[in-house]
Amino acid sequence: MQRIRLRYTKRGRLRFTSHRDFQRAFERALRRAEVPMAYSAGFTPHPKVSYANAAPTGTASEAEYLEIALAEPRDPETVRRLLDASLPPGLDVTEAVQARTSDFADRLAASCWELRLDGVRPEEAAAAVRSFLATETVEVRRQTKKGTRTFDARAAVMSLSVASGAGETAVAGGLPGGSDGPTDPACAILRLVVRHTTPAVRPDDVLSGLRSTADLAPPVPAAVTRLAQGPFDEETGTVTDPFAPDRDADPAAPPTAAGQWTAAVSEVTGQGPSGQP
Amino acid sequence: MPVESVFPRLEALLPHVQKPIQYVGGELNSTVKPWEECDVRWALMYPDAYEVGLPNQGVMILYEILNERPGVLAERTYSVWPDLEALMREHGVPQFTVDSHRPVGAFDVLGVSFSTELGYTNLLTALDLAGIPLRAEDRTGEHPLVIAGGHAAFNPEPVADFLDCAVLGDGEQAVLAITETIRAWKDEGRPGGRDELLLRLARTGGVYVPGFYDVEYHPDGRIARVVPGRSGVPWRVAKHTVMDLDEWPYPKQPLVPLAETVHERMSVEIFRGCTRGCRFCQAGMITRPVRERSITGIGDMVEKGLAATGFEEVGLLSLSSADHSEIGDVAKGLADRYENDRIGLSLPSTRVDAFNIDLANELTRNGRRSGLTFAPEGATERIRKVINKMVSEEDLIRTVATAYGNGWRQVKLYFMCGLPTETDEDVLQIADMAAKVIAKGRQVTGGNDIRCTVSIGGFVPKPHTPFQWAPQLSAEETDRRLEKLRDRIREDRQYGRNIGFRYHDGKPGIVEGLLSRGDRRVGEVIRAVWEAGGRFDGWREFFSYDLWMESAARVLPRYGVDVDWYTTRERGYEEVLPWDHLDSGLDKDWLWEDWQDALDEQELDDCRWTPCFDCGVCPAMGTEIQVGPTGRKLLPLTVVPQ
Repeated sequence: MQRIRLRYTKRGRLRFTSHRDFQRAFERALRRAEVPMAYSAGFTPHPKVSYANAAPTGTASEAEYLEIALAEPRDPETVRRLLDASLPPGLDVTEAVQARTSDFADRLAASCWELRLDGVRPEEAAAAVRSFLATETVEVRRQTKKGTRTFDARAAVMSLSVASGAGETAVAGGLPGGSDGPTDPACAILRLVVRHTTPAVRPDDVLSGLRSTADLAPPVPAAVTRLAQGPFDEETGTVTDPFAPDRDADPAAPPTAAGQWTAAVSEVTGQGPSGQP
Repeated sequence: MPVESVFPRLEALLPHVQKPIQYVGGELNSTVKPWEECDVRWALMYPDAYEVGLPNQGVMILYEILNERPGVLAERTYSVWPDLEALMREHGVPQFTVDSHRPVGAFDVLGVSFSTELGYTNLLTALDLAGIPLRAEDRTGEHPLVIAGGHAAFNPEPVADFLDCAVLGDGEQAVLAITETIRAWKDEGRPGGRDELLLRLARTGGVYVPGFYDVEYHPDGRIARVVPGRSGVPWRVAKHTVMDLDEWPYPKQPLVPLAETVHERMSVEIFRGCTRGCRFCQAGMITRPVRERSITGIGDMVEKGLAATGFEEVGLLSLSSADHSEIGDVAKGLADRYENDRIGLSLPSTRVDAFNIDLANELTRNGRRSGLTFAPEGATERIRKVINKMVSEEDLIRTVATAYGNGWRQVKLYFMCGLPTETDEDVLQIADMAAKVIAKGRQVTGGNDIRCTVSIGGFVPKPHTPFQWAPQLSAEETDRRLEKLRDRIREDRQYGRNIGFRYHDGKPGIVEGLLSRGDRRVGEVIRAVWEAGGRFDGWREFFSYDLWMESAARVLPRYGVDVDWYTTRERGYEEVLPWDHLDSGLDKDWLWEDWQDALDEQELDDCRWTPCFDCGVCPAMGTEIQVGPTGRKLLPLTVVPQ
């Protein structure tokens, strides 16, 4: 059974898509794109899709991941293109690899986030970041379905900094109708690298931590974007590409296999997702 | 004049509200046309939450038809939840469309589709948030025309003060005709302003402009007469009827939302209208005659719609789907086509007969056979004769036996409480019928794992039906009868535990009754309720019976009437009804005879297979019954040569 791993985004206004909403939209896109999915056994078979670490509703993301299992092999790039065309703009499928390794979910060990704080001066943010980082543990509280939970938001933070210069772009407002105002004088952009722990420390929790340690209170909700997700490189302190091991394991596909896939794919596109603009 | 998107301002509010995805638009198959390149612009509203409004077929059809026209634009707007409403008021964000987030006040027309009267308070919220004066008479040339459609538009009198126009019947051709009238008037430089535009629309005879009609009352509160107040405005306004459904295969590109909605399926209307003649059924009465979509037209819509949406379920909609003249071939053809594609087929609104079990079997070839729903509506032979629901208890039991024999395990039965002439015994018999169904199921299957759920709705008399004169049962009496029934079910040691019992209390039905058969004086009650915070009256968590009764008690006494006068009072033959000047095609004398037949427990057959019974629709509207069979079949979609 062929498995394909996909990277997708939640951009612009579609960042308000909840994970459940995305799942339904994605499964419909699979049907429109006529991807020959493998189905689970049982009374109500459903297509085999594994989702990992969905970003919270309202946060944008450039780096969401999922894996699909196919009943017949297909060229990953063609599948990516068909799925991208079948999803609304903003939910974009940006990368695909054939799965050649295991433990993919474990490889998503850390995330890099951008937090855009409109109405906050960069100096003000920098001071808050310094006092946050200088603190050993930062207790924060989060409202969950089971009640209020208290945990440390500091230990999982690998780095936190104020991005310098106007060259930074906020991805959260990237689509037309977004609210990015480059002329707004007071706007601080934070870069956050956080390890995936249990309980997960989210950008919101770090913002709560900044509030409790340094009284940083942005006047409008922060525009948050996940920029990357993957293994954490201790040496450089960065998040690296989770698809790299799959690419490295690719034995420069032999022509027969590639030819076979191409044939299969053209058969699918020949029937075509008709009527699609 | 450029019209800017309010999205930047709205976006800042969205992190603070529930289900923000419902406000962002961008649905698959939605359309955004350039504002400047269009000269007639419609905002289409379904006055309920997005999750209910988005799947509405009426709005979807008109949205697509209007957007297909060059120079015409249509965008959608829905009721915002109270959490966002409060924030919009605080931050000055107006009612917006979800497509381009343009302010509703900037459009030429606000078209509102009322499937139910319980959306009236939501209309006022939307008008207010849009900055449109609530009363039509206070609007000027800068405000959109507010036009109502949908089934409730057959008696728009309770909201007459808030509407510029109402359109009765099928909207497909009507919206295009209205568009042309508006376009011509704008091209000419808007001569005579808003008044002239309304006059031109009213003079077509197909658009009701309440402001051009004066209502006079008798001292006892009854209506004396309704008179057109302007020259050239007709005494009666006629409904619209689309005659060839195959010419209108909409929606071609159904909207697919990101947010979860109440119906997630590809819906195809397989026919419009119904002449079964159930006397309580407003939908059946006002949508006559029956017009079928052809089997090939249905197959085509399903094929294209599935490709455009990726939906997993197809709903074959109509008022009584098994009555399509070629339903057997439709079901078999679709089941054959999609047998290997994991596409579910559903056939809502079917009648009680064994043929429907064959259909249901066909539609669930691969799937599980969990539950079947039937609507006998009344539990005794007598009450079924009153309502003209021609099904015998033997039919029902035989049908149920077939169902159980074919592997179905759960049967759901719909009934109404509060039907004209109903006695306690008619309601209590529901328990006996459910017990007989279970007994039959146990006998056929040899097992005890059999359930029967009875679901009971309160009957509300509706305009343009033979029961439009009938007294509605009071909320207290409805509740008392349902309690007795509940006790009867509980006492049944043999079957009671296997009978599920679902019902609503009688209070919402009284408000629905007030709004259904109300006149213009009820408009003040609606406004008072809205001003006191009334919203989303179709939602149990928002509906307040007390608020409605308190508001009615403040407003209505000055007219010498009250809620009972509108609901539980029986009307006489001579009475002028608030909707008499709105022509559904039904002959009022025929309706009265059918009402008398109901009281005499006389049944009436369907005019599709018996001679015309002179309900009046076809001659009045220039229409005729359009049914098959065409004799055609659905062929396999693709033949792949090996």
